Amino acid sequence: MGERFKIAIVGSGPGGLSAAARAAERNESHVLLEAEPHLSNTIYLYQKGKYVMDEPGILPLRSPIPFAAGLRETILEGWDEAAARLKINVRYQHEVSAIKRRDDGIFDIKCKNGNSVEAEAVVLGIGLQGNLRKLGVPGEDLPFVQYQLDDPDAYEGETIVVVGAGDAAIENAVALAKQNNVVIINRKDEFGRAKKGNEQAILKAIDDGLIECYYNSSPEKVEALSAGRKPGRMILNTANGRAQILLDRVIARLGATAPRGFVEACGVVFPNKDPASVPAISAQYESNVKRLYIVGALGGYPLIKQAMNQGYEVIEYITGNAVEPADAPLLKAKFANLKGIGSVDQALAQIQKNVPVLSHITPLQMREFMLDSDIRTPAAGEVIFTRNDYTNSFYSIVEGEVRIEVEGKPQPVVLRRGEFFGEMSLISGRRRSATVTAGPNCILVETPRRSMNRLINSVEAVKADIDRVFIMRAIQSRFASEASTEQLAEMAANATLQRFKAGDYVFQEGDEGDCLHLVRIGSLTISRNIGGKDIVLTYVAAGNYVGEMALMGESKRSASARAAIATETIRLDGAVFKKLISRIPALRLRLQKEFKERTAANLAMQSLPGGGDIISFLMAQGAGEATDILLIDESLCVRCDNCEKACAETHSGTSRLDREAGPTFANVHVPTSCRHCEHPHCMKDCPPDALRRAPNGEVFIADNCIGCGNCERNCPYGVIHMASKPPKKPGLLQWLLLGRGPGPGEAPYDPNAKKDPTAKKAVKCDMCKDQPGGAACVRACPTGAAIRISPEEFPAYAQSRR
Amino acid sequence: MHDSILTHAKSRYLWISIGLSVVSIALYLWHDPGVAPNGGTWLGYTLGTIAALIIVLLLLFGIRKRSYSTTLGSTRGWLSAHIYLGTTLILLVLLHCGFQFGWNLHTFALVLMLIVIFSGFFGVYAYLRYPTLMTRNRESATRDAMLEEIQEIDQNALALADGIAPEIHAVVLRSIENTKLGGGVWTQLRARDGSDIAIARIRAAIEKRETQLGAAPAPMQAGQTIIAMVDFLAGRADDKQSEALRKLIDILSRKRSLATRVARDIQYQAIMEIWLYFHVPLSIALLAALIGHIISVFFYW
Ligand SMILES: Cc1cc2nc3c(=O)[nH]c(=O)nc-3n(C[C@H](O)[C@H](O)[C@H](O)COP(=O)(O)OP(=O)(O)OC[C@H]3O[C@@H](n4cnc5c(N)ncnc54)[C@H](O)[C@@H]3O)c2cc1C
Ligand code: HEM
Ligand code: HEM
Ligand code: SF4
Ligand code: SF4
Repeated sequence: MGERFKIAIVGSGPGGLSAAARAAERNESHVLLEAEPHLSNTIYLYQKGKYVMDEPGILPLRSPIPFAAGLRETILEGWDEAAARLKINVRYQHEVSAIKRRDDGIFDIKCKNGNSVEAEAVVLGIGLQGNLRKLGVPGEDLPFVQYQLDDPDAYEGETIVVVGAGDAAIENAVALAKQNNVVIINRKDEFGRAKKGNEQAILKAIDDGLIECYYNSSPEKVEALSAGRKPGRMILNTANGRAQILLDRVIARLGATAPRGFVEACGVVFPNKDPASVPAISAQYESNVKRLYIVGALGGYPLIKQAMNQGYEVIEYITGNAVEPADAPLLKAKFANLKGIGSVDQALAQIQKNVPVLSHITPLQMREFMLDSDIRTPAAGEVIFTRNDYTNSFYSIVEGEVRIEVEGKPQPVVLRRGEFFGEMSLISGRRRSATVTAGPNCILVETPRRSMNRLINSVEAVKADIDRVFIMRAIQSRFASEASTEQLAEMAANATLQRFKAGDYVFQEGDEGDCLHLVRIGSLTISRNIGGKDIVLTYVAAGNYVGEMALMGESKRSASARAAIATETIRLDGAVFKKLISRIPALRLRLQKEFKERTAANLAMQSLPGGGDIISFLMAQGAGEATDILLIDESLCVRCDNCEKACAETHSGTSRLDREAGPTFANVHVPTSCRHCEHPHCMKDCPPDALRRAPNGEVFIADNCIGCGNCERNCPYGVIHMASKPPKKPGLLQWLLLGRGPGPGEAPYDPNAKKDPTAKKAVKCDMCKDQPGGAACVRACPTGAAIRISPEEFPAYAQSRR
Repeated sequence: MHDSILTHAKSRYLWISIGLSVVSIALYLWHDPGVAPNGGTWLGYTLGTIAALIIVLLLLFGIRKRSYSTTLGSTRGWLSAHIYLGTTLILLVLLHCGFQFGWNLHTFALVLMLIVIFSGFFGVYAYLRYPTLMTRNRESATRDAMLEEIQEIDQNALALADGIAPEIHAVVLRSIENTKLGGGVWTQLRARDGSDIAIARIRAAIEKRETQLGAAPAPMQAGQTIIAMVDFLAGRADDKQSEALRKLIDILSRKRSLATRVARDIQYQAIMEIWLYFHVPLSIALLAALIGHIISVFFYW
């Protein structure tokens, strides 16, 4: 049996390290187990010289180890020093492989290196980075086999084998190929998993003979050689048998195994399969396994300071000391303008009691939910949001009522205490479909998109509640003016949610029509097969329905509907729908009228030679998920780059658009520039939630960006860059008349740039939301070549191009 | 949707210009100053003032174009106005001076103005014609990508030539040194590059080699194709070499087509920019001449 400790802490990230430090400070018996030979691997792996930020600024730090915004190196040094000073009992290279709770309540903790320890309580702080996937073949740990690459320029004249086919592998291979002889090993026969730009880059490099590629191949073993010019070799299994490569270095970029599997093996339960879900933990950070605690990013807190505070607090809780969490003052402040609601805990409980959809969540989730949310007490009659706003927060009604003015209905819909609204835009990523005003004595909780999505992904019951209401309301907003409540309820009862991947058919021309689809997320293209070729007729955005025609007479589908991007629809049963329209002549008439308009538009498109080709082209560029896309007509563009200059000039010196890069079809050019996606990929994984959507739809990056680069990686269109704030430039007249400083559109130069490294943050197109005149690129184009349009305008645009 | 500078806002400025012209002509015909029409009558003063204001407006376009944050109309709108009002100037000024010319500062200003305006016409022509040609010529590659490919080809060609014969290597090397894209204004406009010299030189080198080998060379005629050359060589050199030579000629042909495209790309861009080097400085000169004109008529008239 292994040594026995009171507390075992697994992972020495900010969460685990802070916990161990607090335990050491309090002289508790403890051990800190870290997989790597150094502390805090996640931070250790940041780029050298990265400026680490201490968001959220208002949150106080509570930890025996120091942390303030500064260079990665300074912070790591400070932590090493503190760990030594506090005599933290740390064991390096102890990767924990299993944690088992025995019947006597003691944990058995086994490490990969064969050691094991026992503990009365375990704190899991292993973060979300996971373990880098290794080659999984003999020789995977040889000194010349590495799993990451800091600086590709550090190698020269070597033969390097890169294993992997993702973005990281491709970027490394292409960068290394400049000075080295690079071979890339791909398990599959294509690079489909990578971003478009990367895929093109690697295929070109292979074509040009710069990089040699083994497709359908996997390594069998790596061996060190003692004789010969190369230090090692790799034996490969290829489609044509085995091959051998003599090499200097292997760089394997195989991604990381999410820690989830390990955590589940410890007995911790995740609410569902969604990779974004986090395990449910109590307000004391205890998981469903008794005395197994989870802190930091693994528990859903993705910032350093939060993790450190939790590390401290968890030790207090384990030792029976009921401290108030460091964020308590923040929560208290939120409730400050609510009188007579009692303590924070009481207030939270009250909200959960009043709003049924929140009753499903744990107290810790509730705290987190409220920390991210705002309490609003609008005066009666105040507008909460306006139809066509692009906001996407979610509102719960704690007290009072709100009025929803649905278009085409004289009477507003009234929602009361316990109900919620705003879920439509949250889910569809589209504009608000109605204006909402406050009623008397209204208390609302407004929750931002990210927190709400996290909740929906983590708690099945919340998702079910919201989906049910979404379906009901979607049906109402479409058919309420004609149908009665019971008829709508019957339709809703038979409705189901369906998901489609990009390119999937929702239905095909000639299919038997047995249902109707309301698009709730994503978009569709409608096409007909004419002369053996799919001709795109139109584009259907979220919020619209397709497939009604086959239900109203003709029984076969007259065209195919295909998901332009990942799409979700509400499928309404055909039989029920048919019954409904046979009973409601008004509905029938309206649908017929809409059908006529659609058919006319389709015919117009069909008769245009190649009219739909432009839509197809735009869809292939991912424009189906855009809300606003920059297009350049190359028959008008005189290549003066005034658009780029305008962008740079209005955005601290760096242009956020690359005019020249990007594909062109029939003179329509899609430059590299943000499309302000309906569901922005860039928002997916931003620790401080710095990516936001403004009311007019602009996706922008707020000042609390910590420069982690996740968004840059996540954006499939390559439009985000990391840049530091540039110095001020002299004005236009000074340049014009005196030749002072850099000219318009030129990057300002900074004499002390080298001496004083400043924080690099992510920058991207914000559609000039702070410019009173609107998008500078479009307004600066002297010839009118640059325009911005939204996908709804694609059909009209395609027609105007003829 | 996309609108060109000519059709901007339903050609609003075209109609304004036409209106302005019609009114001016009508006034000119109706007006009878008693003397020959000239800049000194009230109509002359009025038309002159309007013309001068328009010129100032046209000059301000240079500043508007660089004021990226202004909310004062779109750049395209400004340019559309610029073109139509600028063209109207010809008429306004001719009516202003009553078709009286002399060897003086006034007429000098007029001539300057006409040069500016006609260079503007060329600009509009270039703006309407070359963008499409440029897109077609690029075949959806960027210029940088083409240049990069040329560089790669050069490297590969050198490596290949290395394995064939020293003469060929020297020829390829010289041809790389001779390929100049861009360069002075004149070269840019003529769209020349040195890339086809390489193939001609290789041909010469082969010929020379043949004579040295002492065989009776079939005379290399101008019309003979590259492939025929390779076949011709294949009889003498070993397989590997002729294979390499074939490859070399392939990639050099590819390079030639690329280089031609890049040179043309540069040419188009140069044409779209070159006229501005007349248009803008002369418009400043025009401003100076105009100030001189106005001062002189006030002081010395
Ligand atoms: C590039 C980048 C930049 C960032 N910049 C900032 C910033 O400027 N400011 C900010 O506040 N946040 C930033 N973040 C987020 C921040 O790094 C994380 O929120 C934080 O590191 C989470 O801390 P943690 O303690 O939960 O886990 P981690 O820091 O991920 O630490 C986990 C530790 O556990 C170890 N471990 C894992 N598995 C095992 C195992 N089985 N056995 C033993 N040990 C194991 C790991 O080696 C690692 O040392 C950034 C993130 C990234 C990726
Ligand atoms: C404020 C604006 C202007 C004023 C007040 C003005 C005034 C005059 C006057 C008073 C004359 C008569 C001079 C004479 O007969 O000797 C004149 C002539 C003339 N002006 Fe202008 N003018 C103006 C703008 C312009 C402009 C914009 C141009 C063109 C660039 C122009 C070109 C001429 C020419 C070519 C003549 C004829 C000179 C000649 O008779 O030889 N003027 N102007
Ligand atoms: C006296 C009359 C004119 C003056 C003083 C004038 C002046 C100018 C100036 C100062 C610019 C700014 C160039 C820059 O800063 O890059 C410009 C641009 C231009 N002008 Fe004129 N101009 C005149 C007439 C015309 C006419 C008649 C035409 C066309 C019919 C014309 C067409 C253009 C065009 C196409 C541009 C380029 C726009 C761009 O690429 O940004 N101009 N002119
Ligand atoms: S940055 Fe990329 S992912 Fe984000 S909205 Fe723009 S295009 Fe979409
Ligand atoms: S905006 Fe981008 S770089 Fe900044 S914190 Fe968010 S994901 Fe990281």
